[in-house]
Amino acid sequence: MSGSVESSGTARLQRGQTRAAIVGAVGLVALVAGAFGSPEQFFRSYLPAYVFVFGIALGSLAALMLQHMTGGAWGMMIRRILEAGARTLPLVALLFVPLAFGLPHLYAWADPVKVAGDAVLQAKAPYLNVGFFLARAVLYFVLWSVFAYFLSRWSAEQDALAGTGPDDRRFRMLSGPGLLLYGLTLTFASVDWVMSLDPHWFSTIFGMLFIGAQGMSVFAFAIAVLALCSQDAPFAGRVKPAHFHDLGKLLFAFVILWAYLAFSQFLIIWSGNLPEEIPWYLERASGGWQWMAAVIAIGHFALPFLLLLSKDLKRNRKALMAVAIGILVMRYVDAFWLVAPSFEPAHLAVHWMDLAAVAGLGGLWLAVFFRLFQSRPQLPVNDPYYEDALAHGGHH
Amino acid sequence: MADTAIYGLMAEFQDPSALVEATRRAVDAGYRKLDAYTPFPIEELAEALRFRDRRLPLLVLAGGIVGGLSGFGLQYWINVINYPLIAGGKPYFAWPNFIPVTFEMTILFAALAAVFGMIGLNGLPLLYHPVFNAPGFALASRDRFFLVIEASDPKFDRHATGEMLRGLTAHEVVEVAN
Repeated sequence: MSGSVESSGTARLQRGQTRAAIVGAVGLVALVAGAFGSPEQFFRSYLPAYVFVFGIALGSLAALMLQHMTGGAWGMMIRRILEAGARTLPLVALLFVPLAFGLPHLYAWADPVKVAGDAVLQAKAPYLNVGFFLARAVLYFVLWSVFAYFLSRWSAEQDALAGTGPDDRRFRMLSGPGLLLYGLTLTFASVDWVMSLDPHWFSTIFGMLFIGAQGMSVFAFAIAVLALCSQDAPFAGRVKPAHFHDLGKLLFAFVILWAYLAFSQFLIIWSGNLPEEIPWYLERASGGWQWMAAVIAIGHFALPFLLLLSKDLKRNRKALMAVAIGILVMRYVDAFWLVAPSFEPAHLAVHWMDLAAVAGLGGLWLAVFFRLFQSRPQLPVNDPYYEDALAHGGHH
Repeated sequence: MADTAIYGLMAEFQDPSALVEATRRAVDAGYRKLDAYTPFPIEELAEALRFRDRRLPLLVLAGGIVGGLSGFGLQYWINVINYPLIAGGKPYFAWPNFIPVTFEMTILFAALAAVFGMIGLNGLPLLYHPVFNAPGFALASRDRFFLVIEASDPKFDRHATGEMLRGLTAHEVVEVAN
């Protein structure tokens, strides 16, 4: 490791970790307390918060593999942020465990009484049953954790070298198949965990929609963290406006991709207007849910799209950070809008436990993220392409 | 003093980083009427030249807005006003159906504005430009990098400017005839 870049747990990151841990603890205590009053509400609040946090963690692994494959200079500054995010996947797997105890509260196909009275659910039972559902979840998490483990371990080996390391093909050999598996496993996971809330409904673009959404989550998150610590060692003087510009462009691209996919799904189902497809949108466009849909259309697409058009904004650390945080908030709103109307189709309902769940899971996850991020050098100084990426920012 | 007898002085560089560095120093030395010529786009160069022309991005934005509005407007006019026809049991004003064409028109007009705006703002087509008088300038489209300080620059002085350029690791410095 080069002398100038130490694994420095800066005061700012330490403070972030402490605050996130406090918010997480308060949220979890409130959530657990609420669970005694209403176990059903606990699971209904837990799932959207879980989908939101999961999106950042798995998105980190995907973006990390993407960066290993493309070798873009944009990734060198955020590689350790992505690695720390990917290293939280075992925690995310652990956080999945409570859901396993509440499946009948969430999914009609997990309730034998409902299945007995529904021919469609009986036909889908070979796939949608509790045993197979849990086995698939275990398989996803094992696969994701293995990829995260090796990419992180080899990175640690690179840090241990005396100087700039050789071009390491192992990263690419793993990341190529990894990206392919990411697309497949996330498609299945999104069908299992979210789409099957409405077991009669189906949309073949659903997995892609999750990929676009996770791209938004991870780039917004990485920008926010990089902006937070760009004034401290080891980032100070190394992170340039050009790096934020690149990350802003990638975030912009994912905003457009997500909107494109989300609208494609809507247009096809709306045009077809078939009885097995359209109820999903009818539920989400009535009883107050339409206002949340409008907020998503504006806050998740239109507003970030217009703001990110500006080159000056993308090069401005604070402005870009504000947009990124806004997008993260909207990512939760979007997860909520996907999940919650399945439980309350008649009218928009937000429970205090929804907020407790997102504070609890988000805070806990963020605290662990900060801890993992501080446990390693925050820049991959021994990577053979590190110097190139640094020079990319220009000389000023 | 500005010099009108020649177009300017041209320095030739072997690699892009030398050109960018020389451009920075020339700008720092106070020269403003200068331009660089390269075989491929160099991102840092615009910044080094302090190129601040925002007309093209605004033109592209305007093109996109005009394209989007006209695409949406055209469909609205046809489907709601001029020839209302029920298709697929949808209302006349079936806006989700209008989005794909609106999107395509936005891209089309923005792209056309970018291409023709770039050509127009560059003053193209241009039948004569003095830089082509310099011997070896054709290499600007192959593997050489050129910096030209124009004689119309208030700080331009045939001798002093030439000396400065020679001091900037220039491979060769030549005068460009008008």
